[in-house]
Amino acid sequence: MAQLILNHVSKDFGTGQAAVRDVSLKVREGGFLALLGASGCGKTTLLRMIAGFEEPTEGSIILGERTLADGSGSLPPEKRNMAMVFQSYALWPHMTVAQNVGYPLKVRGVTGAAFDVRVREALSVVRLEDFASRRPAELSGGQRQRVALARCLVSSPDVVLLDEPLANLDRHLKAAMLETFREFHARSGATMIYVTHDQSEAMALATDVAVMSEGRLLQVAAPEEIYARPEGHVVGGLIGQGAVLELVLPDHDSRLMGWPMIEKAFRQMGGPRRAILVRPEHVVADPDGVMLQVRSCVYEGERFVLSLLTSGGQALQAYSPFAVVPGSLQPFVIRQGWLV
Amino acid sequence: MPRLPHRGSSQPVWLLPLVIAFVCLLSVLPLARLLYAGLRFSFEGEATGLFAEPATWAAIRNTMVTASGGMLISVLLGAVFAFVVTLTDFRGKGVFSFAFILPMMIPPQVTALAWVQMSGPASPLLKTLGIAPPLGSPQPLYSVGGIILLLGVQHAPLVFLALKAGLACLPRDGVEAARLAGASPLRVFRDIILPLTTPGLVAGAALAFVSGVGNFGIPAILGIPASIFVLPTLIYSRLSSFGAGTFAEMAQLSMMIAVIAGLGLAIQQWALRGADYRIIGLSGRNAVFSLGRWRMVFEAAFLVILFFVLAAPLAALVASSLVPAYGVPLNFRTMSLEAYREILFRQSVTLTAFANSLFLAGATAFGLLIFSVLTAYLLARRSGKLANVFAALIEIPYALPGIVLAVAFILLFAAPLPLVNVSIYGTIWIILAAYFSSFFAVSLKPVMSAFLQLDPSLEEAARLSGASFGCRMRDILVPLIAPAAGASVILVFLIACSELTVSALLWSAGTQTLGVAIFNLDDSGSSDLAAALSVLVVVMVVLLMLILEMLAKRLPRGVLPWRN
Repeated sequence: MAQLILNHVSKDFGTGQAAVRDVSLKVREGGFLALLGASGCGKTTLLRMIAGFEEPTEGSIILGERTLADGSGSLPPEKRNMAMVFQSYALWPHMTVAQNVGYPLKVRGVTGAAFDVRVREALSVVRLEDFASRRPAELSGGQRQRVALARCLVSSPDVVLLDEPLANLDRHLKAAMLETFREFHARSGATMIYVTHDQSEAMALATDVAVMSEGRLLQVAAPEEIYARPEGHVVGGLIGQGAVLELVLPDHDSRLMGWPMIEKAFRQMGGPRRAILVRPEHVVADPDGVMLQVRSCVYEGERFVLSLLTSGGQALQAYSPFAVVPGSLQPFVIRQGWLV
Repeated sequence: MPRLPHRGSSQPVWLLPLVIAFVCLLSVLPLARLLYAGLRFSFEGEATGLFAEPATWAAIRNTMVTASGGMLISVLLGAVFAFVVTLTDFRGKGVFSFAFILPMMIPPQVTALAWVQMSGPASPLLKTLGIAPPLGSPQPLYSVGGIILLLGVQHAPLVFLALKAGLACLPRDGVEAARLAGASPLRVFRDIILPLTTPGLVAGAALAFVSGVGNFGIPAILGIPASIFVLPTLIYSRLSSFGAGTFAEMAQLSMMIAVIAGLGLAIQQWALRGADYRIIGLSGRNAVFSLGRWRMVFEAAFLVILFFVLAAPLAALVASSLVPAYGVPLNFRTMSLEAYREILFRQSVTLTAFANSLFLAGATAFGLLIFSVLTAYLLARRSGKLANVFAALIEIPYALPGIVLAVAFILLFAAPLPLVNVSIYGTIWIILAAYFSSFFAVSLKPVMSAFLQLDPSLEEAARLSGASFGCRMRDILVPLIAPAAGASVILVFLIACSELTVSALLWSAGTQTLGVAIFNLDDSGSSDLAAALSVLVVVMVVLLMLILEMLAKRLPRGVLPWRN
C-alpha cells in the first residue's frame, strides 16, 4: 500500500472544454477521500483516470514507487492492482456470487483451497456467506452492492475506487451501506476514493473531502474543516446549507466574522462589498438583531426552515423551533459568517 | 524509467489493423475491382456493342417494370398487414406475422417453383382437384405479370417489417390525445398515424424495389422459359455463353444494376429529406383500435390471402414432390416417395449439392462469427467517423444485389492469385469468399447489438480484476453475448444454405449448391426432384426459424429480422 499522488492532471476529450483541469492531489495511505461535486464536474473522469480507463492528456499519476500514467503513456487497468465498485455494480450475470467475487483471484492463478478460503472470507465480511451459489439476478440491490464490495476486497488491492455506489439505493438502504463501507475501510485498511454528489455521504464517510467544480479541484480538507472554513462561493454552496451575503465588511486578519462586525456592516451603505457565507444554524431570532423579512416558513419535521430577505434584497435561511408568520418583519442576529 | 504503453483503451493494438484488413478484403477489394473494370471497359469503349443491342434495353426496361410493379404489390400487401396487425385487436397476431414473414425466408427460386406447380395446365395440385386448365393452355406465370406478382409476394414482408418497426414505437398516448381532441379513428389514422409512419413506409418500399432489381431466382424460373430477361438473368445468360467480351459486358451490366438500385435508394433519401419524426414521449403499449364486427372480415380476408400466397403454393410443391412425373394427378396409387429417395440416396448431383451447401453455410456462419465478434467489439467501443465508415463498408456488399457481388468476385479471382499463383476460380473457395463478403453484415448485426447493449462497466470490472483481453473475451464477453452469437450463426446458415444468386454465377461442376441444384433440376425437366429438394429446403428453413423463435427471449431486441 502506498500514497497516491496526482500531479497537475488534465483531461481533454477534444470537446473544447477540458473535463479535468490541472488537478494535483495527494491521497494519504489508508485514507478515505471523497470526491465531491455536481454532476459533470469531472469527478468521474478523474476516478476513471486513476483506474486507468482514461489516459490523462497532461500530468502524471503516481502510486508509491510506480508511475501509473504520465505524458508518455498509461499503465492498463489490469496491471494497476486496484478495485472498483461501479454505480451499476457491474456484476457478471452469468457467474454465481462466489465466481464473481473470486474472479480477480482466478485471473491471478489462485486455485483450490486457497481460492475457496479467500472467497469465503471476503463474503463473510459483507455477511453473504449463504449466498455464494446464487446468481446476481436473484439478489436485492443492497446485496448486489455487497457482492461488488466483496469482489474489491478479495484481491487486497492498493486502492479501492467507488463510483457513486449509493446512487441507485433507497434512503433506508443507504444508511446501512454507509455503515458497511465504514467497516470495510476499517478492516481492509485500503486507500479508498469515493465519488459522490451527495455531501452528506461524503461527510459521513471520508477522512478527507475534495471538492471539484468545472474540472478544477477547489479544496481538499477534512470534513469539519471544509464545513467550517470553505474556500470560495462554490465550496461554500456545495457543503452544508448556507447563503452568501454581499456586505460592506472591513479588512480583518481572521476570515471568521462575529456579530458585532456583521451588525456594523448592515448599517454601512457605501464601500467595497465582500462575500460571507452564513449558515442557517447561525441565524437566530433575537430582539437585538437586524430586521429581516420572513418570506416563507416550511416545517421539516424537527424544525422550521425560514427563508429570509434582507432590506437590500439578499436571501438567507434560518432554523426556528416555532412557526413564524410569512410576510412579517422579525429581528435576527447573525452569530458568525465566513469570508469566502 | 521504462516508457509506459498507450493503453487507456481496452483494445489490444493488433485489433484495429486486423479489422481494417477484414473489411478491406471482404468489402473494399471486390467493390473496387468491379468499379475499376466497369469504368475501364466503358472508357476504352470495348463494350459499346452492349448498349446498341435491343436485348440490353429490353432487359433494363423489364428490370424497371418488374421491380416497380413488385414494389407496388409489396407495399399494398405489407402495409395493410402491418397496420391491421399492429394497430387493431386482430387475433392470432404472432402466428399471422410468422406466416406472413415466411415467404421472405424461403429462397425465391423455391417460391417461383411452388407457384409454377400451383398453376398452369400440368399442376399436380390442380389435376388432383380436377380444376386444371386444358393441356396446351399457357402457364400464366411465365410472363412479366407473373414476375411482378411473385416479386410482390416475396418482398411484402420487407415492407411489413419496416412499417411494424415504426408502428411499434407509436405512442398510445399520442393517439389517445388525438381521440380526446375529437378526432374519429379514421381521422387519427390519416392525421397522426400515417404521417408518423411515412419514413417506415418509404424505407420498406425502397427496400422492396432494390430487392426486386437484384432478384435472380424468380425471373430466372419464370422469365427464361418465356425469353423474358431482366438484368440479373441477362448477366447469367451472358456468362453461360462465354465469349470474348464477356467480362466487360458483365461488369457493365452489373454497374447498370448497381445504378438502378442506387437510384431507388436516392429516391428514398429524397422522399425522407427533412422528415425528423423521432417519437417523443412514452412508447408503452401499442395504440389499439377496435375493429368491432369488421374483425371477422379482416381475419377471414387474411386467411384467404395467406392461403393463396403460402399454403397453396407449398401444398402444390409437396404434391409435385410426391408424384412420379409433372402433370400426373396425386392419389394413393400415384403417390410415392421415389423423388426423395432419388435425391437423398441416388443422385450424386444432389448429394454433392447438400454437402457443398452445408459446408459453405457452416463455414460461412462460424468463420464470420469470429470476424463479427472482433469487429463488433471494436466498433461498439469506438464511436465516430471510422466506425461509421466501417459499418457502411460492411453493409454495401449485403445491400448490393448478389449478382453484382458475384461478378465482382469473378473479376477479382479470374486470374490466379498473385504470389502463390493458384486460381480459386471454379473451385468452392470462390463461393466461400463471396459468401463471407455478402453475409458479413448479417452475421455482424446480432453480435453488434449485443455488444452495444452490454454495460461497459462489466468489462471494466474485469479489467480492474486483472484480466487480459483474451481472459475478458473468454470469461466475460463471449458468455454474455452467446445468445446473439447463436442467432448470428443460425441466421447466416439459414440464408447461405439456400442461396442461389451468388452461386449461380460462381459454381462449376462439382461445386453446385442446393440453390443451383434446384434450379438445374427444374431447368432439365425433373420437376419432381426439384420439388422434393425444395420441400426439404423449406422444412429446414422453418425448423431453423423456429429454433431462433425459441431463442428470441434471450436475444437483444431487433436481432431477428421478423421480430421487433
